[in-house]
Amino acid sequence: MERTITLDHGSGGRATHELISQVFAQAFHNDYLGQMNDSAVLPVPEGRLAMSTDSYVVDPVIFPGGNIGSLAVHGTINDLAMSGARPLYLTAGFVLEEGLPLDLLEEIVQAMAQAAQEARVAIVAGDTKVVPKGKADKIFINTAGVGVVPPGLELGGQYARPGDVVLINGTIGDHGMAILCTRQGLALEGKIQSDSAALHDLVGDLLQACPEVRVLRDPTRGGVATTLNEIARQSGVGIRLFEESLPIRDDVAGACELLGLDPLYVANEGKVLAVVPPAVSEKALEVMRRHPLGREARCIGQVTEEDPGRVALRTRIGGHRLLDMLRGEQLPRIC
Amino acid sequence: MSQPAERGQRRIRIQVDGIVQGVGFRPTVYQLARSLDLVGWVRNDSEGVEIEVAGPSDRVQAFVSRLPQEAPPLAKIVRLEVKERPWEPGDGFHIQASERTGSRTTLISPDVSICEDCRRELLDPSDRRFRYPFINCTNCGPRYTIIRDVPYDRDNTTMDCFPMCAACRAEYEDPRNRRFHAQPNACWQCGPLVWLEDAQGHRLAEKDEAVRQAIRWLAEGKIVAVKGLGGFHLAVLATDEAAVARLRRRKIREEKPFAVMFASREAVQGVCQVHPEEEALLLSRERPIVLLAKRRAVRPGHSEIAPSVAPRNRFLGAFLPYTPLHALLFHDAPYEALVMTSGNQSDEPIVTDNAAARDRLRNIADVFLLHNRDIHIRCDDSVVRSVRGKPRPLRRARGYVPVPVVLRESGPVVLGVGGELKNTVCLTRGRYAFVSQHVGDLENLETLRAFEHTIDHLQKILEVHPRLIVHDLHPDYLSTQWAEGQTQPARLAVQHHHAHIASVVAENGWDGPVLGVALDGTGYGPDGTIWGGEFLLVDGARYERLGRFSHLPLPGGERAIKEPWRMALAALWCLEGEEAEKVHGEILSRWPEKERRVVFQMLRSGFNSPLSSSCGRLFDAVSALAGIRDRITYEGQAAIELEQALEPDAGAYEARITRDEGLWVLDVFPLLEEVARDVRRGTRPGIVSARFHNGLVRAIVHLVERLRQETGLSAVALSGGVFQNIYLSRRLEEDLIDQGFQVLIHEQVPPNDACISLGQAHVGREHLKR
Ligand SMILES: [Fe+3]
Ligand SMILES: [Mg+2]
Ligand SMILES: [Zn+2]
Ligand SMILES: [Zn+2]
Repeated sequence: MERTITLDHGSGGRATHELISQVFAQAFHNDYLGQMNDSAVLPVPEGRLAMSTDSYVVDPVIFPGGNIGSLAVHGTINDLAMSGARPLYLTAGFVLEEGLPLDLLEEIVQAMAQAAQEARVAIVAGDTKVVPKGKADKIFINTAGVGVVPPGLELGGQYARPGDVVLINGTIGDHGMAILCTRQGLALEGKIQSDSAALHDLVGDLLQACPEVRVLRDPTRGGVATTLNEIARQSGVGIRLFEESLPIRDDVAGACELLGLDPLYVANEGKVLAVVPPAVSEKALEVMRRHPLGREARCIGQVTEEDPGRVALRTRIGGHRLLDMLRGEQLPRIC
Repeated sequence: MSQPAERGQRRIRIQVDGIVQGVGFRPTVYQLARSLDLVGWVRNDSEGVEIEVAGPSDRVQAFVSRLPQEAPPLAKIVRLEVKERPWEPGDGFHIQASERTGSRTTLISPDVSICEDCRRELLDPSDRRFRYPFINCTNCGPRYTIIRDVPYDRDNTTMDCFPMCAACRAEYEDPRNRRFHAQPNACWQCGPLVWLEDAQGHRLAEKDEAVRQAIRWLAEGKIVAVKGLGGFHLAVLATDEAAVARLRRRKIREEKPFAVMFASREAVQGVCQVHPEEEALLLSRERPIVLLAKRRAVRPGHSEIAPSVAPRNRFLGAFLPYTPLHALLFHDAPYEALVMTSGNQSDEPIVTDNAAARDRLRNIADVFLLHNRDIHIRCDDSVVRSVRGKPRPLRRARGYVPVPVVLRESGPVVLGVGGELKNTVCLTRGRYAFVSQHVGDLENLETLRAFEHTIDHLQKILEVHPRLIVHDLHPDYLSTQWAEGQTQPARLAVQHHHAHIASVVAENGWDGPVLGVALDGTGYGPDGTIWGGEFLLVDGARYERLGRFSHLPLPGGERAIKEPWRMALAALWCLEGEEAEKVHGEILSRWPEKERRVVFQMLRSGFNSPLSSSCGRLFDAVSALAGIRDRITYEGQAAIELEQALEPDAGAYEARITRDEGLWVLDVFPLLEEVARDVRRGTRPGIVSARFHNGLVRAIVHLVERLRQETGLSAVALSGGVFQNIYLSRRLEEDLIDQGFQVLIHEQVPPNDACISLGQAHVGREHLKR
């Protein structure tokens, strides 16, 4: 019989204890977690602290290129990395739905542990709750992270300046389309893989070589277009993208066309948008390309003085299509 | 000063409002007063024209009654008010200098095509303006496109940099001259000039030689960018298939029809069937593009128009030369038909200045025929069709703008910012609604800038600021976002089809409630579905939805609009569900299996497949089912080609009228089922088209009949993009009239989304009344 999560696992009694020690503690094992106290007590290196938290509710929980566990580690690490922080510690909170197969939970927790280990980040505290069937969808994970920002580094969405260039470390829309194709059961030839990955090493290399970098952002929900709109508004500048230089995989482009989506609005989980002064753009690209996650890095756009707050795509035929921030899902505007 | 009136003498003051400045009104007044031997004066003021005349009562009376009849051709008198003045003798009749105070409420004239007098002089070797490409007079020439500010004086136009020579000045100052106060008056000595450049910017020829060389380039099949009145044209020989195909390739315009300018009415008649009302439109001083049915075979002596001018289209957009430069390009030329399409790349706004033309059209045009009279306001060519003897505008711009729509009553200043596609804006002042020229599709930066410029310019020349900004309910329309970005004044959101019907109500000066039938593409509905086949009760600022077309999902959202085959799948899915492949395999096999599977999966899961009651999408579904059009390259193409394919047939598919959640529903599924059955039987697409049109008209009339019983209303207002379809319009109007309905239709603004701004402004005013 398949072993599943029961309400007992959330009772706080022996079943809870077993679950924690056999599944979580084993997988996440490290000295801080091993303290087994009400809170973990941690050493802090020099610099300023960066903190971030995010909850993960993806459906399906297992997808090509990762699962909700690895995603929960990568996502929070990336949020820390975008402010220039070196991520140090994570916490993990789980909301489990009654009936969740234990094997599935173990697979997710293993992926989480592996992602943390590869990223050299410790999961130092955790929590588990079980809710009755139907009150959650299989598994929800919250991760919070702490990192440290080296002195002198000052990144932010408000620092983009006219003349700066917009760089990205690789292809656009992979994560969102991997999820959608799985969810829609789209049998497209060749599987689209999520790009879910931890970006702090790439970002570390970049910032070391080019401390002049002004903005780093990970274009997750809402995609590249929405993230750039945020930067354009925060900095009071315009942003132009060049259609011919957008890196989009053929299968992602094809799936987007079939489903009627614009890849520029589709989520990414292993991508960083960097706004850098033009003088260092070549160096920045070079550094990014040396990292395995940045081999396809390229310049995709430019910051302009005109049209502040607006993002436009210069199309192959030379017009400028506006990429605005959408209110909700993409509803047809064509009459 | 004033003395007791002599017996039988009278002095009056006349205030004339309307388009009465810059159209030769004062010379007419002068001549009329002189012929009646009256004394007094005439002058322009901020409201229009002010006149005082004195003399024997009977002749003063004759003056008042003859004035409107003898007004010059371009004048449009909206108000004429007479006030008695104390008697005062005078000597002679004078034209006084302009009054420049007060609010600027005078109306600006649209641009007017070259008049017969100027045309005669243009081609008269003894005239001092022989072959001068900028000849004009008070009865013709540029107006709206060159005006930077009011009052309309040369200093406030782009002609300010051309000081008049002595000869021109004398004409300008002589009240008896046809060029008295003609602000753009000019000649070879003092006015703007043309020249010809190659794509590298080298000057090839100047003045008359430039025109003569341009004709030679055109005759050889080359593409010439011609600077016109409201923007650039790209011109090419309309009879040369290779040349037209080259223009299509370079302009990246796949199939959208090109308009053709013909040398003369006879040349048009050689290629198209021209009914008298259509001929009147062609020859009108607005000189719009008129959509005319092509002849099966051209008349002897005329040449066939190249097929790629208007592929798969039984109609042709034809127009006649409207500037002196056009007239010269056709004079003594070895051709009588030129494609004249807007000078732009694909969907951008038409180019208006020389530098932009050199930059943007470099890869399209072989040579450039330029001039140095600046275009201040962009204005595309207008497009009309004729329906039941009346004009049906499809694009309202040059020649018509800025003539206002006269409203039923006066009211506060309101700005309607229009829709997303075919955008126009509308500003009201007093009893007038000023609908802007066609701005375009607000999806790119260039058009958005044109939109903002148009709003600024309208406010400037009308010298008003709105009390209310009205926008569409769709949160993502750029016009909505623009409105939301304004801190002042208040804002009002109006549902798309409410605005459609309100615009018909406004232009007809209708008072009270009306039944509205909006047959349209897509508009944002307040219930989270997309509307587009709507039966509304509209009463001023209020509307109620009484009925709708059946819901069809749009698999892929906007993709489904660009790919009508998806609508065909949606229709078959709604009819048969999982059985669709089995039942309609024959039809479905036309489309690739892989894509089909994805679309069916989207329909099954509802992913990115919003529901819509759109009539336009129903046309798309039928067009694709009938095998006419699977993917479109320009807006409305599938529906247009379905109409074009129509072969007369008396049959009519049956649609059902049902009720759902308190609404009448025009259930289109029985109709779609019959379409599919006829297609499976191999019925010709043209017959399917006819039966579909007929069935739809019959069902709409039935539903409106029910609404009349329910509401007691028998006035029906028709609007929406589907009314660009002439067959459907004609049949529906006639059938409704036969059933005793009073039918309100568009004659001044287009039924497509160009009318949204007027409807918004109207609803805004009604809203402020409450
Ligand atoms: Fe519409
Ligand atoms: Mg996040
Ligand atoms: Zn004239
Ligand atoms: Zn002159």
